[in-house]
Amino acid sequence: MGRYLLQRLGQCLLLLALVSMIGFAILHLAPGGPLSQFALSSQMSQEDLDRITRQLGLDRPLPAQYLDWLWRMLRGDWGLSFRDGAPVSAVIGSHLRATFELMAVSTVIAIGLGCWIGILGATRRYSLFDTLATIGAMVALSIPTFWFGLIAIYLFSVQLGWLPAGNRQTIGDGSPLDLLHHLIAPALVLALVETAIWARFMRSAMLEVIGQDYIRTARAKGLPERQVLRGHATRNALLPMITLAGLQFPTLLGGALVTETVFTWPGMGRLFLDSIEYRDYPVVMGILMFSAVMVLLGSLLADMLYAVADPRIRMG
Amino acid sequence: MASRNSDVASPTRRGVIALGAGAALGLGRATSGFAQARPPAGPRGQVVAGISQEPTVFNPLMPGSEVDQGVWWQVFSPLWYIDPQGKLVADLAREVPSLGNGGLSADGLVWKVKLRSDAKWHDGTPFTAEDVKYTLDLINNPGFRVRNRVGHGLVRDISIVAPDEIHWRMESPYSPYLSILALTFIVPRHILEKASDPNTAPFNSAPVGTGPFRWGERVAGDHILLQANPAYHGQGPHLERVVFKYIPDLTMLYTQFRTGQVDYLGLSGISAHFVREAQGLRGRKVSLSPTAFVEHIALNLEYGPFTEKAVREALYLAMNKQARIDALYYGLPVPTESFLPQQSWAYADTLPVHRHDPAKAKALLDAAGWVRGSDGIRAKGGVRLEFTNSTTVGNPGREQSQQLLAQDWQAVGAAMRISNMPAAVIWGEFWQKSKFQSVMVGSNFMQGSDPDVTPRFSSKAIPAKGGSGLNTCQFQNAEVDTLLAQGATQFDQAARKATYGRIQQIIRDDLALLPIYQTVMAEGLKDGLQGFASNINCSSNCWNMRSWYWAS
Repeated sequence: MGRYLLQRLGQCLLLLALVSMIGFAILHLAPGGPLSQFALSSQMSQEDLDRITRQLGLDRPLPAQYLDWLWRMLRGDWGLSFRDGAPVSAVIGSHLRATFELMAVSTVIAIGLGCWIGILGATRRYSLFDTLATIGAMVALSIPTFWFGLIAIYLFSVQLGWLPAGNRQTIGDGSPLDLLHHLIAPALVLALVETAIWARFMRSAMLEVIGQDYIRTARAKGLPERQVLRGHATRNALLPMITLAGLQFPTLLGGALVTETVFTWPGMGRLFLDSIEYRDYPVVMGILMFSAVMVLLGSLLADMLYAVADPRIRMG
Repeated sequence: MASRNSDVASPTRRGVIALGAGAALGLGRATSGFAQARPPAGPRGQVVAGISQEPTVFNPLMPGSEVDQGVWWQVFSPLWYIDPQGKLVADLAREVPSLGNGGLSADGLVWKVKLRSDAKWHDGTPFTAEDVKYTLDLINNPGFRVRNRVGHGLVRDISIVAPDEIHWRMESPYSPYLSILALTFIVPRHILEKASDPNTAPFNSAPVGTGPFRWGERVAGDHILLQANPAYHGQGPHLERVVFKYIPDLTMLYTQFRTGQVDYLGLSGISAHFVREAQGLRGRKVSLSPTAFVEHIALNLEYGPFTEKAVREALYLAMNKQARIDALYYGLPVPTESFLPQQSWAYADTLPVHRHDPAKAKALLDAAGWVRGSDGIRAKGGVRLEFTNSTTVGNPGREQSQQLLAQDWQAVGAAMRISNMPAAVIWGEFWQKSKFQSVMVGSNFMQGSDPDVTPRFSSKAIPAKGGSGLNTCQFQNAEVDTLLAQGATQFDQAARKATYGRIQQIIRDDLALLPIYQTVMAEGLKDGLQGFASNINCSSNCWNMRSWYWAS
């Protein structure tokens, strides 16, 4: 196990180095820069733009800029945002809570609801419920998240006035109830697509397990159906879900990006979009590295959990 | 006192009605209706201003966008500002220096500025001439990432005569400096001088100013909260809090205005296709505020066919401006002939008015020797009347406008090919170094609120020819050069108006650019919100939030 972990960590470091190099190169080679927003400004001439470019060190050769950034990253200095001059780690940290709040709630909803629909669909295969669940999942997977978001806002905020049209909290309030009120719509919209994925995977895994000999044996020895499903089928069908949980992590970040924009949610997704738009190189690189670490950790954790959950799996 | 003047100069309609009613009734005391139109005795309530870009720069001397400037107007004060009528109004200064009051020497070289002695920084420290000196010195500090040094670079020999009086000498007379100082916010010496590097000072993320609102909090990516400054030296503020709420998606911004989560939708404005609906919303009002941006076709005057005036004139005649304004922008923008906004004191209202006349355009081209080929496109001496037009990708209004333009010009035998690019590409070298043939763009040509257009039209301001400026169209005209030099050294507004009027006339006659319209922004407000006044001379219509209040 220890050797396996060391191997995986080595691979992760190599991947991170590659991600940083490719990310840095693409970001800096793309046309424009942090000052291109001022190119049309009557208040700033080309001379001013050139002067500030020099002051920011953006006129140096790209490899020199990369090595400087890498050296500072290795010492724990993520740099300063070009937009507001704040430390990148603080900028990311200030947006992280909102994203994790949204992700945690939507993931809990998606796993709970998705597994329940999947299990019920598999045990009642081709029933009306199964057919409706399958159609529903297909619809949820086919329609983009932002569309669901806009429909939710139109229906529940504009027409019915039940939910706020976006934002994380009422400014000056911030009570748990107020936070929950604002969280309902984005969390449900983000969970919708995830629920469909979980339901489809769970149904498939469950169907595979139900057909196994040990299930037939459990039934043959007279165990009640409920116990067969709960103790034998579901527990085994949940194993592949651990891998799915690890793989879903990047999907959730992507999903949050769209949902956060539609619902004016001040999280990482919005920060990433804004930072790219303004070519805030230090923040974009910070988010890129942070996301890469999280994805690699998610995948590693899923592998380890799989080994813990299934005694047949041996690592190393 | 300064802001009081401004309030009198631009009273609200409700205020005028109430004043009239009160006078007619001969009432010594206010009626209830009268009281409603008056600001409250102390700061009350909050305004949530919805904006589609996030303010992130809080040092008002560093490069910032218009949304940043919306925050600066609340936290900081300039020496003087320009009101909606174009009049300079003293703020931190006791009076605006002029030839008349002796603040300016006859040659425009010596400036003497008398300052208020009752203004305080938000931390209670008195504001003095030292702060003004520090601000000017910081701007000229080579290590500081200042926005620009136009005008400031000419300041020499700053001397503090008294805590409330400062003098300096200009290297050469430069009248636009009055306008430049109207958009230069004074920063506190006692805080910034302690920072080892003013570029990264903690002040830059928690600013301290002399403005009507104090810094409250910033939740990055979400909002900025400002609190009323009870020790403000002018009138107001009448609001307890101002919140700048960042909502990046324009549709969501409008939706939140509709649902009441946003009290004022400004800076980016309401999208044109929502304006009619917004005007019909109960409890909301829409202000159609002209901006200083002029939408035009920028021609590269050194590109083949465009070197000929007859071609530029024919293209202008063939352009159906009004159809574009009506069909694509719901009739909101105002057709214009000048590069200056119509609200500028220097605007020339006698310029010839554009007519859509394709027949005359064809006749002009025929007379100039441009002959139609077999494909209907004209040519002269082997040069085809063919060119590209570029604009930013993802701007549907401009992209549709290009389609209409291509049709208009095709009809007279000119082929326009659309070649659009992402903003970062088009406004880079392609634009700066005049590598374009024609571009559809909206620009604010003024220096702050001054009509000095030297960086735009001076022959020494062509970046492609080694010049320092924004003359990317490569316009060159000896008379304009002379007039620009003259205008920048005149201090009498009437004389300057004549100078810049002549420049506008030459640019219009020569068609150095093809003006289309002056942009109008639709801003949304809740019905009860009073005191809003659009001001083309300030970088943001939030310039006077100190005078805003709720009617009840």
